Amino acid sequence: MNYDIEVDNISKQFVKPDVQALEDINFNVKTGSLFGLIGADGAGKTTLFRILTTLLLADNGSAKVHGRDVVKDFKILRSLIGYMPGRFSLYTDLSVEENLQFFATLHKTTIEAGYHLIKDIYRQIEPFKNRRAGQLSGGMKQKLALSCALIHQPKVLFLDEPTTGVDAVSRKEFWNMLKNIKNQGVTILVSTPYMDEAVLCDEIALIQNGKILSIAPPSTIIAQFPDVLYSVSGSQIGKLLEDVSKFQDIKSCFSFGDTIHVTLNQGDIKGLQKELIQRGHPEVVIDTIVPTIEDCFIRLMQ
Amino acid sequence: MRVLLALLKKEFRQIRRNRVLAMMIVMLPVIQLTILPLAADYELKHIKLGIIDDDHSTLSQELTNKIMSSGYFNLVDVGQSYTQGLEQIERDKVDLLLEIPSQFSQNLHKKGTESLSISANAINGVKANVGSVYLTQILQSYNVEMLHKLIPETMYANSGAILTSSRYLFNDNLKYPPFMVPGILALLVTMIGGYMSSLNVVKEKEMGTIEQINVSPIKKYQFILGKLIPFLIIGFVVFSIGLFIVARGVYGIVPRGSYLLIYSYLFIYLIAILGFGLLLSSFAETQQQSMSITFFFMMIFILMSGLFTPIQSMPEWAQWIAAFNPVTYFIKVMRMVVLKGSTFMDIRRYYLIMVAFGIVLNTLAIWRYKKTID
Repeated sequence: MNYDIEVDNISKQFVKPDVQALEDINFNVKTGSLFGLIGADGAGKTTLFRILTTLLLADNGSAKVHGRDVVKDFKILRSLIGYMPGRFSLYTDLSVEENLQFFATLHKTTIEAGYHLIKDIYRQIEPFKNRRAGQLSGGMKQKLALSCALIHQPKVLFLDEPTTGVDAVSRKEFWNMLKNIKNQGVTILVSTPYMDEAVLCDEIALIQNGKILSIAPPSTIIAQFPDVLYSVSGSQIGKLLEDVSKFQDIKSCFSFGDTIHVTLNQGDIKGLQKELIQRGHPEVVIDTIVPTIEDCFIRLMQ
Repeated sequence: MRVLLALLKKEFRQIRRNRVLAMMIVMLPVIQLTILPLAADYELKHIKLGIIDDDHSTLSQELTNKIMSSGYFNLVDVGQSYTQGLEQIERDKVDLLLEIPSQFSQNLHKKGTESLSISANAINGVKANVGSVYLTQILQSYNVEMLHKLIPETMYANSGAILTSSRYLFNDNLKYPPFMVPGILALLVTMIGGYMSSLNVVKEKEMGTIEQINVSPIKKYQFILGKLIPFLIIGFVVFSIGLFIVARGVYGIVPRGSYLLIYSYLFIYLIAILGFGLLLSSFAETQQQSMSITFFFMMIFILMSGLFTPIQSMPEWAQWIAAFNPVTYFIKVMRMVVLKGSTFMDIRRYYLIMVAFGIVLNTLAIWRYKKTID
């Protein structure tokens, strides 16, 4: 098996403020796969991205991207990777086309040479190619940023929270685009705080406080969920959560949308239902459900 | 080369689209260079003079008329006594008091000597100083006239009095614009070079665009050149507008020395100043910080450059600061070449100093600009 990203014991500590941003990070990304880095804000995702894109030096450990060391071979690496930072960072006072042209030239290539890779994305913003990048909508900005990161046909693409602050429809569209890019042979590392996007990846790493909790394909992570998961719903969700947590056999409980997800240490779920009815929730409904990635993540975090 | 061209194209597009900036580049030299030399005029006029004439003779009247005809003074009524006159000084109604004693005319005729008293309000030191000098000069020339009148020609010839007459070299009428314009022009170029280059780089940091530049395979020197060249060109444009349109068109100042010398010095100077701007930008994360840091240095550079006050009259420590101020040398060279027509041999020392500034500042700037951000 070939790997396009190999991360070996990477650690990074910041002095001001004193934060252990990354602690012994290890993972590999298979060539041509879509790998997701899932974690809340401040988990260390961006720091890891900056180390892998040669913008930041790690304190310990080493990493290779497309077989090249991120420290020693940073010069060669910079023409092999594409990076889309979390913050929109193109020239707002240049037009769509001028931005694309500029980044193509910086990589010593032309729009035409890389057009096949971006045509599905760029076609959607091409009608606005003379508009200043600063005047584009959020979704269009993101498409332009992706086009600019891809124009030099990188082997590995790094996307740091590409869908943060983007509407649900555009997010879906965006993930379809990623699938197409992957199918053209580009290895993709994407980070996201959205759990629903995790299942769209070939493999995911759950990251929290600079540590990786679990690495596996999403289906494996879900299959590894050890308990039976119940969903409890009722009319007074606030009081219901309080009463559920008072039940003696509760292993975990947390609100999940308008329901409560519950696992038990032992005993029967009927006992919980009885008690809840006694406590004044006659309408309570309890179902057994298949856990989602979010359930797995919350379990791992505890 | 193609990469560098793309960087330059991008830079000029951004400047052109930034209306305020584009306006500043054209209007700054025209407006500032037209207004500032007129305002920064050390020639004092309208000095408020009170004359206490205790003599009331034709002679004292003659003296008063002579003083007033000089055009420097406005006569203010201060009453009849010296004490009254001092009160007027306290109220800031008068800058200068001249007291003509009661026996003035008589004593002058009898004894051949008499003394006058001048009192000056030294709240404004320049006004007091310059005003008394003007007044003393007028009195001296009146003195000579009196000698002619009172003493027979033959005796006068033997009296051995020393007469001084001055001639102002390189600026015949001691006009201020020829003195100020080259200096202010030097300052304008400094402001543009220092502020614009540092703000520009910091803006890339603030907008996050530098991240995208950093992950691309662009070389360090390409990035630096991409930032230096546009402002080098803008500096030349601003300087030329100032030199040809304002200095020549408005003030009729034509450099006596060679244009090649002026422009070659400008070139080296701009590289040094732009290097300084780039160096400062590496210490700032936001444009606001960059403005504050640059402002701090610009104030020192401007006030300690010898533009307004001669460096020779500064205390020794201040002279040392001025010696490490690149603006000092550019102003000096500008004045020498424009007013005096100095040649390369005259300014070669300043040439070498500026080359040294350029090398040191740019080396530091390149060293500070790291592609891998820590």
